[in-house]
Parts: sequence; structure tokens; C-alpha cells
Amino acid sequence: MNFTYVILIPLIPLLSFLVLGIFNKKIKPSVSGYLGVAALSTSTALSFYTAYQYFFAIGKVNGVYQTFVEKTTWMNFTDTLAIDMGILIDPISVMMLIVVSVISLMVHIYSRGYMKGDDGYTRFFAFLGLFSFSMFGLVLATNLFQIYIFWELVGVSSFLLIGYYYTKPSAVSAAKKAFIVTRFADLGFLVGILIIGYYTGTFDFETLNNPEGSAILNWASTSFIGLSVITWALILIFIGGAGKSAMFPLHIWLPDAMEGPTPVSALIHAATMVVAGVYLVARLFPMYYFVEDGFALNIVAYVGAFSSLFAAIIAITQTDIKRVLAFSTMSQLGYMMLALGVSGYDGHEGVGYMASMFHLFTHAMFKALLFLGAGSVIHAVHSNYLKDMGGLRKYMPITNITFLIAALAISGVFPLSGFWSKDEILVAAFEHNKLIYGVGVFVAGLTAFYMFRLYFGIFWGKDKQYKHAPHESPISMTFPLMILAFISMVGGFIPFSELITPDKAGFEAHLNIPLAIVATIVGLTGIGLAYVFYKKENDLADRFSNAFGVFYKWTFNKFYFDEIYLFVTKNIIFNRIAAPIAWFDKKVVDGTMEGIGNKTVVISEKIKGIQSGKVQDYAFGFIAGVVILALVFIYLWTN
Amino acid sequence: MDILTLFVIIPVLTIVALVFTKGLKQARLVSMVGSIIQLGMAINLVFAYFKERAINKEIMVFTKDYVWFEQFNIHYTIGVDGISVALLLLTAIIVLAGVFISWKISDLPKEFFISLLVLASGVYGFFISLDLFTMFVFYEIAVIPMYLLIGIWGSGPKEYSAMKLTLMLMGASAVLLVGILGIYFNSNADGGALTFNILEIAQVNIPFEAQKLFFPLTFVGFAVLGALFPFHTWSPDGHASAPTAVSMLHAGVLMKLGGYGIFRIAMFLLPAGAIYWSWFFIILAAIGVVYGAFGAIRQTDLKYINAYASVSHLGLVLFALMTLNKIAWNGAILQSLSHGLLTALFFALIGMIYGRTHTRDISKLGGMMKILPFIGAIYVITGLAYLGLPGFSGFVAEMNIFVGAFENPDMFQRILTVLVVSSIVITAVYILRLVGKIMMGPLVTNDCENLPKATWYEKTGILLLLIPIIGMGVAPLWLSDMIQESLQPFIQGVL
Repeated sequence: MNFTYVILIPLIPLLSFLVLGIFNKKIKPSVSGYLGVAALSTSTALSFYTAYQYFFAIGKVNGVYQTFVEKTTWMNFTDTLAIDMGILIDPISVMMLIVVSVISLMVHIYSRGYMKGDDGYTRFFAFLGLFSFSMFGLVLATNLFQIYIFWELVGVSSFLLIGYYYTKPSAVSAAKKAFIVTRFADLGFLVGILIIGYYTGTFDFETLNNPEGSAILNWASTSFIGLSVITWALILIFIGGAGKSAMFPLHIWLPDAMEGPTPVSALIHAATMVVAGVYLVARLFPMYYFVEDGFALNIVAYVGAFSSLFAAIIAITQTDIKRVLAFSTMSQLGYMMLALGVSGYDGHEGVGYMASMFHLFTHAMFKALLFLGAGSVIHAVHSNYLKDMGGLRKYMPITNITFLIAALAISGVFPLSGFWSKDEILVAAFEHNKLIYGVGVFVAGLTAFYMFRLYFGIFWGKDKQYKHAPHESPISMTFPLMILAFISMVGGFIPFSELITPDKAGFEAHLNIPLAIVATIVGLTGIGLAYVFYKKENDLADRFSNAFGVFYKWTFNKFYFDEIYLFVTKNIIFNRIAAPIAWFDKKVVDGTMEGIGNKTVVISEKIKGIQSGKVQDYAFGFIAGVVILALVFIYLWTN
Repeated sequence: MDILTLFVIIPVLTIVALVFTKGLKQARLVSMVGSIIQLGMAINLVFAYFKERAINKEIMVFTKDYVWFEQFNIHYTIGVDGISVALLLLTAIIVLAGVFISWKISDLPKEFFISLLVLASGVYGFFISLDLFTMFVFYEIAVIPMYLLIGIWGSGPKEYSAMKLTLMLMGASAVLLVGILGIYFNSNADGGALTFNILEIAQVNIPFEAQKLFFPLTFVGFAVLGALFPFHTWSPDGHASAPTAVSMLHAGVLMKLGGYGIFRIAMFLLPAGAIYWSWFFIILAAIGVVYGAFGAIRQTDLKYINAYASVSHLGLVLFALMTLNKIAWNGAILQSLSHGLLTALFFALIGMIYGRTHTRDISKLGGMMKILPFIGAIYVITGLAYLGLPGFSGFVAEMNIFVGAFENPDMFQRILTVLVVSSIVITAVYILRLVGKIMMGPLVTNDCENLPKATWYEKTGILLLLIPIIGMGVAPLWLSDMIQESLQPFIQGVL
């Protein structure tokens, strides 16, 4: 089967970016919107065609899904080591194509309404095109260097889109923060790549991931501080993934990234770019699993579990609805990471891997829906804060229903999509690590609670003093909501265990009834508590937050992580390193050079008196010289 | 007339023509025509080189040899390989862009363009020479006009900066001359005649003791021009005072002479010295990379930031050369090209901003994107390219350097490499601080609301630089292969 046409999936959005970017002001806004939507529709159609071809037309060969690679050399390092550019078609990349294209298309359609009348309308669609291109390139990457290249490109698209309102200082600093924090993490990624490249002699995923290949089998031949060098490389690569996927403690950029326009938050910071870290670990899963008996994979599991819990706790206290969703995203990403972390490889053992990808898919749909719904609400009330909202269900029926569906899905209520994927994650955790399972169940309860706190706070309760009556958003915005709501309802019935497993063979998954019941009870309890606290106006929540005074304050301030980072950058890097270096350069290094110059001047000042122009002085000098020379000669002669 | 000597003849003819011009309009027209011919020749040379290379496997192609001073065996020997072809092309691009950027120069335009072209002819001559003495002469021709260009057309404390720059570079030249003479007087070590010819000396086994002595002299002599820590301090002051086109040429091309000279002379002719001293100079270079980047964080003058950034980026070139690895060398040459284009573009943009707002102090600038969308957008793109974003030339160069430097399993060098790699984060910090402050954010003052938009000649200058940056970043294969091929003779000496 020839998959060469898949190259068009990233290239079409790139073309749209180039056209819109170069002819920016010359294109009418209405035209640029349509152009963007048309480009993404084409990519989406191609993605679905690819998925159909891959999973159904070709299907399994000898019970295993095949991997198709088409690549060309981009740059040579040596005769054997090179950077290739190409496309890799396997179950997870095809799934990601669907996720990215669907969400991106929905966001394109939605933005035509949401961004209407904005100054930089065309620029916005240009950046969306750039992002889509980079994200498609990332998921299709055939080797570590290619994924790194597109990794950086999605990072920069994210930078440009967070800083879209570039005259707003808060947006600019959020954009900078996002870029620098992820870049710092990418440093780990890059060093990891260098190590892999040196010790295995290849960057190629297929070669690296081969369980019988030398990269995996020879892990024990090297060691550094007690671990295999390959394990170190995998840990470093995971740092890169943790940066993109906002894992603790590299999560601080994600909440601030909400400064970007809401469709951007939905696309980049909820559904696609932030899952790149999860995708990266999944992409290298055989390496993570086999090298040093999954040492690095354990780290992934614990970091994921902790981040998941940490973020869920913070989400409860936030008052900006987009930030609640941002922390919720972080928490769910942690869920995906922990699922990967507890996964095995063969057959049913690979349930964690499968669940992680499953949850990635369903989460992308319902979280994008939540963000777009939040955008619809913000569009109507012109505020991000929960205190400015209430009773909106009467004014915005479609937003209300779709938001409710998404909230139920993320809370894991039967039979919505989130129920199925979350259940598989908990099954995987239960089978491998009871502690992580416990965290997972607890986080599920917290998730249900903060989601319904949000839902009741926005759509129920008393009306607030609105300047003008809120109204439902235009069809361009509600249409994507309805599509995503539909997928969130039925997405759980996709047989992921047949399609996506680490060994690519598939297995038959069964619902684990007792675990499903436990999870459902916990989820419903969370919803019930939220109902009691927030359905009607009451002071229960305030009383609770007062009772937990200090803890509440710490949580509300996100455990002061921003302050810690600020301290490190401002006080340590700027004042303790950069400033002394600037001083040292001016005073010591340059001072020495100046000193040499000045000394020369001083010396010449002193000796220039010799050339006085007076004949007597010269005569004296001449005679003195003759006498000295004579003495020297006599001295030498006598010896 | 052969294809290489024309690179010297054309600037000289342009200078002669300039002598007879009157006023700005004629002067810039003549310079533009002359520079366009140069660029055409440089592009032609690339194609001619590929054609020649297919049939000619010599180290250098298009070689010519004329005796100059019989007594000392000084020749006018010329020839090129892939590395010098690439650098000649770079020079031609930047000179033409510099002419466009100086389109409106008001003081003594004729003299300005003459000085600029003298500098250019020196650079061209340096890159085509294969004779140490001739090379040194061209080197001096390139460096000396800098004094006039900064002293006369500069701004701020221009006499001081011009003096400092010239004195430090002259001091370095003196050291370099000792090194070159040292090589010359050892060129008969195998019993032949004394010679300045690089290719001939490369065949000679210069005694180890002499290599040990003369390598650091030659290295430092060139490295001062390449802004090696701690000899970089002429660069911030010099750049800050220099007029735009001079900064472009100086940082874009002239500073590349340093790295090129080290590679072509110090390392090629004194390989044992290079191996002996590499540990020392690699430390200095690595310090320069990180130190320059940190230095840039705190500066407030746009040109100072760029000057320190250059210290960091050129430190990377020296670092890569001293790793003694083929991949890193390829990266060093690519980085020279990439940095040349990028820094020239940056200086051009700074000049445009300064020309409109009359300040380079970043605290007095803000939100320029709103007023100057074209310049603003290009500035952001340049900034991103500068911090090594894939798709631009810098990424390609840096990755070659990093991968190459990592090839050496020595723990000490690994640590240095990781340190150097970490500069990509610091670079991101100062670039984004800059972009965020001056291009984004609110307007600082309202009196700059009606600044003139970019003009056609400014746009031409910008695009001339930007297109190769993107070209190199998107499709690096042909260029990196062309350079890699030419690295072979160097490897035999050192590895």
C-alpha cells in the first residue's frame, strides 16, 4: 500500500499558513477564514481515508498491524547517521492524525465566529495553519530528530498563539514563559537524543523500538552512575515530554498559557500539543518498557500519578474557568502518563498503553468541547471569572447541554466516552500498582467534583448583573460543540483494544465490573458533593475554605510554584549570574584590555621625553652609550 | 581573467567607478550594480564549482599561481574548495544587502561606499588566497577600513570604539604575523624550499615543538577577530558605534575570517599543535558560548545585545573547531554562514528601528509591531531563527555541532558539550525578552505612531538575507554535503 499521499496532510495547512502569512493584509478576513477551514477539511478527509485504509482496507497481516515508512534524507552527519524526513504510519500515528485533524477543523470552524471582527483575524488563521502543520509533522515523524524538529515548531506556534494579543503584557509574558519552560525541558530531550544517537547509532524509531534490536538488547553494555546510559537518555527524553505535557514540576506554563484566545487553548493546550509528551513516551514505548526492566517507565508512572493528583487539588480552588480547565488538563495528562507507566507489552498486558491512547482520544474530544464551551460562555459574558457567571442555562441552551455532556464524560459517567477510557486506565493501574490505582480513583472523584463545581457555577444558580443579556453563540460556534458532544457520547464504543496495543496485535478487552462500579460510585459522589455545594447559592463552600484556611490558601496559590520559579529566574539567573557577568565583562575583562592600552599611553608619555629635540641631550645619550658599550666590551674582552 | 581573480577585480573596478561619481544617487547606483555583479559571480561560482568538482578531485579547484616576490617565494596563489565557495557567496549576499541598507546614507556617500568596497575586496581576496602572505595582506586590507568606517560614519563614542577595535585587531595581527612567519620558517622542515603556499606546507611535517609554539599564536591571532573570550571586548563597543551596514559586514563577514583562518591555517598547517592545545581553547570557547549568552541577558542597548549574542554564537564556531570532529566542523562552517546571515539581518533591522525612533534603548521601545508590522514580523522571525528554531539555518548548524561534539566519549568534553548545549535555553531567554519588550507589549510612547513603513530598498535588503536563512534551514543537504566533501583533507591531518 502506498501512503505517500499522507504527506499532503501536513503540507496543506502549511500552504494555508504561507498564503495567509505572506499576503496577510491583502486577504479579506472572510476569505482567510474559509481558506483555513478548507485546508483543514481536506486534511481531515485525508486523515479519515488513511485511517480507513490502514485499519480496515489493509487491516492486520498475520494478526499484526503493519508499519509503513516513507522517508528521505534531510541532512547527513556521517555515512550511517543522518536526519531523515518522512512519514510513519502505524496505529498510534493514524489515531493521532484523526485527533489532530478533527479538533483542528472544529477549532477552525469555531474561530470563524469567535474571532469575528478581531484585528488580526488573518494572522490568527495563519498561525493555526502553522500549528496544524507542525502537529501533523510531529505525529508522523519517523525518527527522534524529526520529532524534535516538529516539537520545536509546535512550541513556537504555541508561543505565537499565546501571545496573539501581543499588546497585552500578561499575554506576552505568558507566551515567553511557555516557550522558555518548554525549551528548558527540551534541553533534556535534545541531550537524550544525542546520547541515543551516539550509543545506538540511529535515530530511527523502527530500529530503536525493535524488541530484538541492538538498541534494546544492548542496554546493559553501558552504564553511568548506576544506570544504563540508555536509561538516562530515556529519562532525559521524558523530561522533554514532561515539559510539553505540563507534568509536575514543569507545569507552570500551562495555566498562564490560557492568556491565548480560547480556541487556541482548546486546540493546543488541551487536545493536541500537550499530549505530545504522552505521544513521545508511547512512540518509544518498547524502549521504555524493555530497557533496564522499565526503570524509566516507572518514573513516568509516578510523575504522572503525582501530577494528576497535584493538579486536581489545585483545580478545585481556581476561580478563572479557563484555569480550572487548564489544571484539569494537566491532571488528565497525568492520568495518561500513569497509564503508560503501568503498562506491559504483550497481549492483555498492554492494557495501560491502550488505555492511555484511548484516554488521549476521548480526552481530546471532551476537553476541547469544554474549552470551546467555556469560550462560548466567555464570549457571552465577557469575563473569565466564575463570580461573573450564573444561571446561563436559560440563555445558552446548546452550550449548556454540550458542556454538561462533556462534564459527565470527563467525570466518567456511563456510557459516555470518558467512562470507558478511564475504566481501562484504572484496570491497568489496579493490576500493576495498587498505590497508583488509589491515586487514580481519588483523582477521579476530585475531577467529578471540580467539573460540576464549574458546571453548576456557570449554568445554574442566580443570574448575575449582566450588562446586556447573554445570548447563545452563532451557529459557527455551536456546530463544533455539537459535533464534539456527539463524539464524546459515542467515542467510548470504539474498540481501541483491537486497534491500538503495544505489540500491534490487539486483544479482547472486557469491562471489569467491580472496578467500574467503584469508579462510578466515586465519580457520582464527586458530582453529588458539587451539587450540594454549588447547585444553589449557599455559603457552604466559603465555610469549608475557611475551615481549611492555610491549605486552601496554598492550593489557591498553586502551592506557590510560580513564585519559586520567579525567584529562580529573577533573583538567581538575572541578578546573581547575568548581572555579575555583565559587571565582570565591563570591569575585569574589558578593564584589562583598557589597562594594557592605557599603560602603553603612560609608558610612552614617560619615554617620549627622550626625543626632546635638544642637541645636548642627544650628545649626552650618545656619549653615555659609547661609554657603556666600551665598558661591556672591555668586560667581555678581559674574560 | 580567471573566475576567482574577478572577485578582487570587480570591487576594485567598482571603486574606480565610484571615484568618478557625484552625489548619493550615483554612488549608490554604482555600488549596487557592482555588488549585484559580485552576487551573480558568486552564484555562478557555486554552479561552476559543482561542475568542476565532479571531474576534479584536487583539494582546491580553479587554482592559479603567479609569482609575486621571487626572493621570499611569495606567490599570488588562489583556489577554492566547498568551504570558501560558501563563504564567498555569503560575502556577496551581505555586501549587496549592506548597500541596500545604506541607501539613504547622507554623509560623504562616495567615500562611504568606497571604504565598504575596499573592505569587501579584502574579504574576497582572503577567501580565495592559498598563499599565507597574500592572505595576510588581504586580511589587513579588510580590517583597516573598519577604522575609517566607524570613526567617520559611526555614532556615540565613535573615536573611542574605532580606536579600541583597531588596536585590538592590530595587536592580534601582530601575534598572527609571528605565527605565520613561524610556519614559513619551518616550511623547509622536510628539506624543501621555504614557502608560503598552504597546500605545500600542508605536506610538510613541521616539527612538533614548532607546532606547539606557533599554534596558539596563530589561533589567538585569528580568534580575536572571531570574538574569543576574553578577547571579545572590542566587539560590543565597535558594533554599537558602527553604522548599520558596517556592523552587518563586520559581524556578518569579517568576524568569519577568524574562524576560517583558524581552520585553514592554524589547524590545517599545524595539526599536532591543534591536538596539543585543543583542551585549552575548547574551554575558552565553551566559556565564551555561555558567557556571551549571559552577558546578552542584561544589556539594554539593542546592538550590545546582538554583539554579546555574537560572542556566544561565534564561540560555538570555535568550540566546534576545537572538538576535532568532522561533524562538528561541518557545523562550524554552517554556523559561520548561518550566523553571518542572521546577525547581518539583525543589525539591519536594528538600524531600521534606530533610524526611525532614534533610540536603541530597549526600555524606550515597545509594541513596535503595531506601528511597523513588516519590520516587526521580520524581527520576530529573525529572533526565532537566532534561537535555533528548526526551519532556519541556525538549527542545522547547531545540531551538527552538538552531534559532533558528543561523538567524543571523553567525560570532560561531554560535560562541556552539555554546558554548551544549555546555551540554547539562555539564548531563548534573551531573544524572547528582546522580542517581548520591543515588538510586543504596549506602546511606550505615543509620539512614534506615525513612523514610516519599510521602504522597497529595506525590504530588498531584508529578503536577500532572509531567503538564504530559510533555504539553508529547510533544505540543508546540498550545502552540508558540499562542505563535508571539502573537510576530508583536514581530517587526515588532525584525526
